[in-house]
Amino acid sequence: MNRINQLFQHKKSGIRSVYFTAGFPNLNDTIDILCTLEKAGIDLVEIGMPFSDPLADGPVIQQSSTVALKNGMTITLLFEQLKNIRQKVNIPLVLMGYMNPVLQYGVENFCKMAAACGIDGLILPDMPAEVYEQHYQELFQKHNLHHILLITPRTSDDRIRYIDQLSGGFLYAVSSSATTGNVQQNKEGQEVYFKRLSQLNLKNPVLIGFGISNKEQLEHACQYAAGAVIGTAFIKQLSNSDKELPLRVRDFVKSLD
Amino acid sequence: MSFQQTINGYFGEFGGAFIPELLHANVAELEKNYRQIMETPDFKSEFDALLKDYVGRPSPLYLAKRLSEIKGAQIYLKREDLNHTGAHKINNTIGQILLAERLGKKRIIAETGAGQHGVATATVCALKGLECIVYMGETDIRRQAPNVARMKMLGAKVVPATSGSKTLKDATNEAIRDWINNPEDTYYIIGSVVGPHPYPEMVMRLQSVISQEMKLQLLSHTGRENPDYVIACVGGGSNAAGTFYHYLDDERVKLVAVEAAGLGLNSGHSAATTHLGRKGIIHGSMTLLMQTTDGQIEEPYSISAGLDYPGIGPLHAHLFESKRAQFLYATDQQALDAAFELAKLEGIICALESAHALAALNQLPLKQNDIVAVCLSGRGDKDLETYMKQMESNEQN
Repeated sequence: MNRINQLFQHKKSGIRSVYFTAGFPNLNDTIDILCTLEKAGIDLVEIGMPFSDPLADGPVIQQSSTVALKNGMTITLLFEQLKNIRQKVNIPLVLMGYMNPVLQYGVENFCKMAAACGIDGLILPDMPAEVYEQHYQELFQKHNLHHILLITPRTSDDRIRYIDQLSGGFLYAVSSSATTGNVQQNKEGQEVYFKRLSQLNLKNPVLIGFGISNKEQLEHACQYAAGAVIGTAFIKQLSNSDKELPLRVRDFVKSLD
Repeated sequence: MSFQQTINGYFGEFGGAFIPELLHANVAELEKNYRQIMETPDFKSEFDALLKDYVGRPSPLYLAKRLSEIKGAQIYLKREDLNHTGAHKINNTIGQILLAERLGKKRIIAETGAGQHGVATATVCALKGLECIVYMGETDIRRQAPNVARMKMLGAKVVPATSGSKTLKDATNEAIRDWINNPEDTYYIIGSVVGPHPYPEMVMRLQSVISQEMKLQLLSHTGRENPDYVIACVGGGSNAAGTFYHYLDDERVKLVAVEAAGLGLNSGHSAATTHLGRKGIIHGSMTLLMQTTDGQIEEPYSISAGLDYPGIGPLHAHLFESKRAQFLYATDQQALDAAFELAKLEGIICALESAHALAALNQLPLKQNDIVAVCLSGRGDKDLETYMKQMESNEQN
């Protein structure tokens, strides 16, 4: 069984997930960060594949992508780094990135390599649900890769149900209509949306992301969903060069307890 | 099959809407409403009236006699440079502001390269009393200072884009992010035939007034509607789309698109997308773009800020792949030479973008009786500093 399904089967709530950009802060930090996150008790990790023009991301993740690309990160190199990851890390791993680098790598080849590394799912925010359904669903399923689609406060109930049918593993509920790392201002609107989601009887469990930065927001999100994803706040912590890398990771996870 | 419209949002295999779900509702709203709104008598009459009385259309079609003599053909210039605000860009912003108004939007955002689209957007926002925010690359803010001042005087806020090469591509990223962050009240006026469907088709239709007028004007000048060649420069490709539009399905007319080759096609400092690019996704559209083997979008270069873009509209990618249009390129120097030649022969100082189109006249096997229509997309006021530098360096040599 796919590790994402296993996770949600034995843990119904309070799932903590973290996003980081591969190749940041240094080119070869990927494995260290993954191992430390698992040991510190993180349940699921999204590994970002850096892109030159990340449209859905705020300044912090943009900057981490720029640094990662300057450091020399590529999809080819990332697969090289992840080749033996399943000998060290057991938690579910998801690759997240924009479509163009994946297209240039070749989608079929990309799926093969991801599956060979033991990747469990993919998040490609600029691949529309309709394009996935028409062109890639079969391919992803053949390689036992869940495709995790995004929904937002402006997604209609009908469209949420459609996206839920296409998604595997979990649904990624963007907490507000904003790029990553943006502070949410409309708390009431957000609650209405979270409640609406919990009443839709969706096939997939939901993780809430974009704009979740600390323990308080994490706990709030967990009241309405199976868990939450933190990205920007973790990237900021990784940039803090005062301490050793594993300590930065451990301290961050501890701050969520 | 017609080149004039998309099928399911695609021109051939190019186009589509590769956008994050965060923008789905915005783009769906536009897709659902734009054709219908544009076909209402109310929209049409206001659009036509503004183009006539405010923009000053129809723009003249001028037989450039001295240029014709030297190039050995009958060369007509479509004078978009004489429009209000100095370029073809205003045809599109007039149309989109009327659309935004009818969709009940209060806040307008735009991206700009040379600043011509920014000025055209700031202008129509002033006209309609709407808030206007223009994203512009930091590099472009420096090299197009007069246009920045014009936007500010018109009441727009100019926000610098500081990522990447700090040019048009990055300004477009910032505008898209703004739209993600302000999805309810904001309308995004894209300035070229790029971006997610329905923008490329919509902007093409709004710019099609160029070739609509051209047909009538050519008929009265020459007795025929259809020239032998139509030439336009291509960055994203909006003036080319408008200049080609009514000739797209008439195979007798040779369509010539001219890209910017910067310091030379293979110099590593170029923006000639069809020559250097591969199929991929940029700004929500499947098209041709300049990219690394890993699929990272490359930083383009051209002396002309309006052509300094690593992609090309999906219509043009389709015209290129299907060989319906011929894609030429002109270097910075060839464009400069063409601009000075036009100034001396015809008394017209054109924009650097349009000078690229003129430079193609030297590359075509023209015959004396050929009728050639060139889109003079903008005037050169904004480029005076570059032209002054060129004159200084000529004097020194």
